Amino acid sequence: MKVKKSLYMVALFPFLIWLILLVVVPLMLIGYYGFTNAAGIFSFDNFHQFFQPDYLRVLWRSLYLSLVATVFCLLAGYPVAMILAGNTFRKKTLLVVLLIAPMWMNFLLRTYAWLTLLEGNGVFNTILQAMGLPKQSFLGNTNAVVFGMVYNFLPYMIFPIYNSISKIPKNILEAARDLGGGNATCFFRIILPLSVPGIISGITMVFVPGVTTFVISQFLGSGKVTLIGDIIEQQFMHAGNWGFGSAISIVVMVVVVVCMWLVNRFSDDSGVMMP
Amino acid sequence: MKKLCKKAYFYFILIFLYAPILTLVVFSFNDAKSRGKWGGFSLRWYKELFHNSQIMDALVTTIVLALLAAFISTVIGTVAALALHKSGTRLRKSMINLTYLPMLNSDIVTGVSLMLLFTFFHLDLGFVTLLLSHITFCIPYVILSVMPKLYGMNQSVFEAALDLGASQLQAYKKIVLPDILPGIISGFLMSITLSIDDFVISFFNTGNGVKNISILVYTSKTGVKPENYALSSIMFGAVLILLLIINIKEKKKSTEVNY
Amino acid sequence: MKKIALVLSLIMCFVCFAGCSDSGKTVLRVYNWGEYIDETIFDDFEKQNPDIRIQYETYTDNETMYTKIKNSSTAYDVLIPSDYMIERLIQEDMLAPLNYDNIPNYSMIDEKYKNLAFDPENKYSVPYMWGTLGILYDETLVQEDTFTWETMFDAKYENSILMKKDMRDALGIALKTLGYSFNSTSEKELTEAKDKLSSQKPNVAGYVNDDGMDKMIAGEAPMALMYAGDAAYCISENENLNFAIPEDGSNLFFDSMVIPKNSTNKETAEKFINFMCETEIAQRNADEIGYSTPHVEVYNALPEDVRNSFAYPDEAVLDKAEVYLYLGEEVTNLYEKVWSEFLASL
Repeated sequence: MKVKKSLYMVALFPFLIWLILLVVVPLMLIGYYGFTNAAGIFSFDNFHQFFQPDYLRVLWRSLYLSLVATVFCLLAGYPVAMILAGNTFRKKTLLVVLLIAPMWMNFLLRTYAWLTLLEGNGVFNTILQAMGLPKQSFLGNTNAVVFGMVYNFLPYMIFPIYNSISKIPKNILEAARDLGGGNATCFFRIILPLSVPGIISGITMVFVPGVTTFVISQFLGSGKVTLIGDIIEQQFMHAGNWGFGSAISIVVMVVVVVCMWLVNRFSDDSGVMMP
Repeated sequence: MKKLCKKAYFYFILIFLYAPILTLVVFSFNDAKSRGKWGGFSLRWYKELFHNSQIMDALVTTIVLALLAAFISTVIGTVAALALHKSGTRLRKSMINLTYLPMLNSDIVTGVSLMLLFTFFHLDLGFVTLLLSHITFCIPYVILSVMPKLYGMNQSVFEAALDLGASQLQAYKKIVLPDILPGIISGFLMSITLSIDDFVISFFNTGNGVKNISILVYTSKTGVKPENYALSSIMFGAVLILLLIINIKEKKKSTEVNY
Repeated sequence: MKKIALVLSLIMCFVCFAGCSDSGKTVLRVYNWGEYIDETIFDDFEKQNPDIRIQYETYTDNETMYTKIKNSSTAYDVLIPSDYMIERLIQEDMLAPLNYDNIPNYSMIDEKYKNLAFDPENKYSVPYMWGTLGILYDETLVQEDTFTWETMFDAKYENSILMKKDMRDALGIALKTLGYSFNSTSEKELTEAKDKLSSQKPNVAGYVNDDGMDKMIAGEAPMALMYAGDAAYCISENENLNFAIPEDGSNLFFDSMVIPKNSTNKETAEKFINFMCETEIAQRNADEIGYSTPHVEVYNALPEDVRNSFAYPDEAVLDKAEVYLYLGEEVTNLYEKVWSEFLASL
């Protein structure tokens, strides 16, 4: 096949420009701000400021809460993906759209709507009181934050898993059943291993935004649960300390990449992201 | 019985996803200004919504932004996927790894880094920077959904077309494009969804009074105004209509098949 | 394929249309606190000046505003910062001196709000509103004979206080509770204030900005740290609420309209400032947002009960109150450091 190499390079051009200008250069800028002090001289001051108990605790809390939310999403989302991929329902397209549709409503509006349901004089507490039960305070704690993450990111867990499950050829499952495999065997020996790429994507798409969210902690956590995203936002928008903000961003970036690398390693599937 | 359990669980998840949205819809008919108190049924927020130029502007911005960002990133992403598909393995691998960087980078890092870029080059924050930032986070998803289709494609048909005298362009148009179209469409839809849903990246990269709905909700800090409830109900209505259309189309398809 | 192309070209046309429909108009960029103006006033101004379009943005605190105008290349035309921030902007040469010939309504401003310490010769600023910081509380839930700042740290108010997420205000009341000045510059005192604030966490139902108003109106919390003007608005919406200015001395603030040096429409900006000082407009604005007005005619037209309310406290209260001062870059950075350490400790 005669393919003009140069033609492809031309086709690659807009993409390359995008990659360099809008991905690589901005990251280099973060590096630049993170590793210089106010006078513009190379220094570790910003990192030095970050590595103290209070900030590290915030980082740890963000990772932990996001991990918990990811586990919940996985446990709640996997069955949904399986049901969706199986033959329980006939109108699959409709159901897929039904699951995506909430995302077309705005993320902030949805989160805010939970306030109406959960706040002190909110809908849930009104119902509780009507039943003669005491009021609960649902908001302003870590549970509320995890809840908000699960709610907002659940679809991001369901779809990658659904995609990889529905790609499993039906005849493999049939063969397994013909050979006497029960439901459990089919699940653990075939469906689960073959859906690992989907699980990994799902974990990425839930865990990463979870670590760095600052809206959920502000809305549902009532500002009482500081996450690392809150600190970054604070530094860039309020304090105007871009060096410190960049340094935290770098730390978060490294930690997240290491976490995802670990997940990839444990999945014993090297080309997970790619088919 | 098992099927029933499955259905029940699925509906439970749907209720979980839709509960807050239904709350918004219900409260959009609430006459009282404050949430949590029921002041009787009223359509006043719908009336005020259409007189609120801020909200209408934000709605237009959101839709135009989503369509433009999705379109541009679909074009760039698809062309890039085609080119990457043909390029050498080493180049491809390193490029693809770089492509996934924005996906691994959390929203906030992407948002902040772009803000630094725009500020560094003295670009006035506004619609253009907002668009650029949305394109940036959409492209990887387009590539991600087009790439597998390219690999799944039957290469020999393309070659056969070339052998039979089709030009490269013709071969792409007639053979490759139809094959990968589902991937392109899902990339496009994915981009639209992400763009509408995004807050964090928009937050750092907008300015000059350009607001999409996320920003509007966040900056109207005294809570969400009832007009916003009305807005979300209307958006929800639009989504429902879309669902109906899909449903009807599917029905048609299935009857066609039955013939 | 053709359909898609058609739709897209329609969108493009639409974008161009949306972008161009306002071209030819002067854009006046106003940057103000959230919930701090009656937005219908913009419509009136635009109606009166058909060739001007107002582009309105809001911020949640002075520091956010400063960071934005310092770093962004957007040239705003009118800002409404508070006293200490105006002092900082003047010191850093970021404000344009006003041409008072274009602001004849400046004469409507009461003399006692002119030539204040932050702008001694009143070259840069036209007073907009003023007020005090205090405690908004629900009378049915909070019974106190006297309110001091210490009330907010009282252990009996567990999980019931909405704290302002504003650096100077939050650190300020902690400093005051400890017996220091609102304008402390000592690192030791600030660290103590930080610890004091951290110790308050069990009492706090939420750290909020303007969203605290909605929560207080909805009866979500019995007590909140709030500006008198916001409190007046909340009280008008929920009659259980009342406002107290703590006995041990409050913060007195003045917010004024200024024009940044890089404004490209200085005359239009002055026209807008003048418009805001027209009696009818100033009155409508003060009525809507609830803050205390520096405008003579508006004040004189106020009903007796408002003039005697907490919105216009008597001399004894004002004498005890402190105005925030700009403490210089070094101390400000120290405040920022302590403040973000406090936020991280939550």
